[in-house]
Amino acid sequence: MTDLADLSIREADLGLRERDFSAVELLDAIMRRAAVTESHLHAYLTIDREGATAAAKAADAALAANRNDDRPLLGIPVALKDNMVTRGVETTASSQILAGWKPPYDGTAAARLHAGGAVIVGKTNLDEFAMGSSTENSAYGPTRNPWDTDMVPGGSSGGSAAAVAAGSAMGGFGSDTGGSIRQPASLTGTVGAKPTYGLVSRYGLIAFASSLDQIGPVARSVADAATLLEAVAGWDRYDATSYRGDLPHISGSLDAGVEGLRIGLVAELSDEGIDPQVAAATRATLDRLSDAGASIVDVSLPSTEYALSAYYLIAPAECSANLARFDGVRFGLRVDGDTTAEMMAKTRGAGFGPEVIRRVLLGTYALSAGYYDAFYGQAQRVRTLVRRDFAKAYEDVDVLVSPTSPTTAFAIGARAADPIAMYYSDVCTIPSNLSGDPAISIPVGLDDAGLPIGFQVMAPALGEELMFRVAAEVERAAEFTARAPHATSQVVEP
Amino acid sequence: MPSDFDIARIAQLARIALSEAELQGYGEQLEQILEHAARVQALPTEGVEPTSHPLTMVNAFRPDEVIDCLDRDEVLVDAPEAEDGYFRVPRILEES
Repeated sequence: MTDLADLSIREADLGLRERDFSAVELLDAIMRRAAVTESHLHAYLTIDREGATAAAKAADAALAANRNDDRPLLGIPVALKDNMVTRGVETTASSQILAGWKPPYDGTAAARLHAGGAVIVGKTNLDEFAMGSSTENSAYGPTRNPWDTDMVPGGSSGGSAAAVAAGSAMGGFGSDTGGSIRQPASLTGTVGAKPTYGLVSRYGLIAFASSLDQIGPVARSVADAATLLEAVAGWDRYDATSYRGDLPHISGSLDAGVEGLRIGLVAELSDEGIDPQVAAATRATLDRLSDAGASIVDVSLPSTEYALSAYYLIAPAECSANLARFDGVRFGLRVDGDTTAEMMAKTRGAGFGPEVIRRVLLGTYALSAGYYDAFYGQAQRVRTLVRRDFAKAYEDVDVLVSPTSPTTAFAIGARAADPIAMYYSDVCTIPSNLSGDPAISIPVGLDDAGLPIGFQVMAPALGEELMFRVAAEVERAAEFTARAPHATSQVVEP
Repeated sequence: MPSDFDIARIAQLARIALSEAELQGYGEQLEQILEHAARVQALPTEGVEPTSHPLTMVNAFRPDEVIDCLDRDEVLVDAPEAEDGYFRVPRILEES
């Protein structure tokens, strides 16, 4: 018999409506899975058993009262990255500076999930304040990859990706500033999407780099990812940068195929520095898309060679401003000092981890008098050039593609001492954050070590319908059905 | 790298208290990272407008309506120190 924890969201939704099982039983299956997997994966920082049980009971009551209740996530157990605030449930962003903080409000993503009847299982681990690519920079210890527990799950949304891959959540949400949803999805064999900037409200997302941050889904299929995204997308009065116009019909064309579409392979993101097995999987996927009727063309985005450098000025600059709010006054940690200035400096020195300090210092420098134009100003002009390259490419092609990550999962500790090697993990994903356009990672195979390989599809702003359509074809073409060895509720004897 | 790169001054501007050893370590790492970041300066950008934000929106207006805000007592529960409905901090002004 199928373990309920392994169902897709669509299958679970059908089962709930047919009364094959209840939302409480579904949550029980997820909790049993988590009880086995958490001891070696550490995907969660907090499991909200009480809140989740109440939500599951409410979903059962809603379905009993009205079988036609058509909320797509009703009774579905999902995980939230711990940089999204949840009323009364500890929210730390994996930082010591927020240890024990129970927010007095729900962010918009959490509020919309509650309204949609979803069951929030808990809060997942991340690199502190979403700064990292491995989930090793957590004040509460690393998350491990369900495919191989010696490996990182990617980051910064590594907890949500690991939980979804392991079946301790049916779907998850992360945030993506430079690849923090797509890269962990790639490393854990899951689907991860960064929507168009502004499609999902950032209200209640603890800010890292506000002009780049975007919330998005992690799922075990393209269709599930679309369902999760639809549940949280849309204008919000509490986020002035949220998109106000008509929303794309995200799941509208999943079965439309790619016949006649023009797909551009980005040379700068597909050649240099890409692991040979990742490159081979990318080519094999393109061959299959070609067989399905798409025409494949080579595209050059020359300025993306400078995207990583520009990102490592823009993101730290914005984070140095955003993290000024952690000052020991209103919430979180306080280390006493004789004056307020001394208290703030001691609090921040004690409360922030090394990667956060590195980036705040870097950003402070890049914004300081005399260097602003040479560093931050120049990075913003490079951002314009990246956007122009994308716009020009989309005159000739419908979507752009590349590997999601240059390599498959790397060993825990392997890049921890070398910040620049770590930063290169996001070389393929960062351009879409600079441009603000949507992008998605889909698993397309395993390497010789049995680790997942991801394939990235990028689309013009608000092109989610097209992007998910191509992603669905990638999924069908790749026939990726492998499951992580740790996605099991059986206790494995050591 | 500018010759006047002063890591202690940067840490002071960022309000982060660090030991001498920590300052030295971060200083070395920052110089490495800045070397890479400075690659952006190789790209000719004369006449290119900076992008501060991916959306081209100019302003986001909404009606000026009174809506519920967070409860003061509930907010102050999270404060490290509070008194009479206010956040309490150590003295701000130096004694004259």
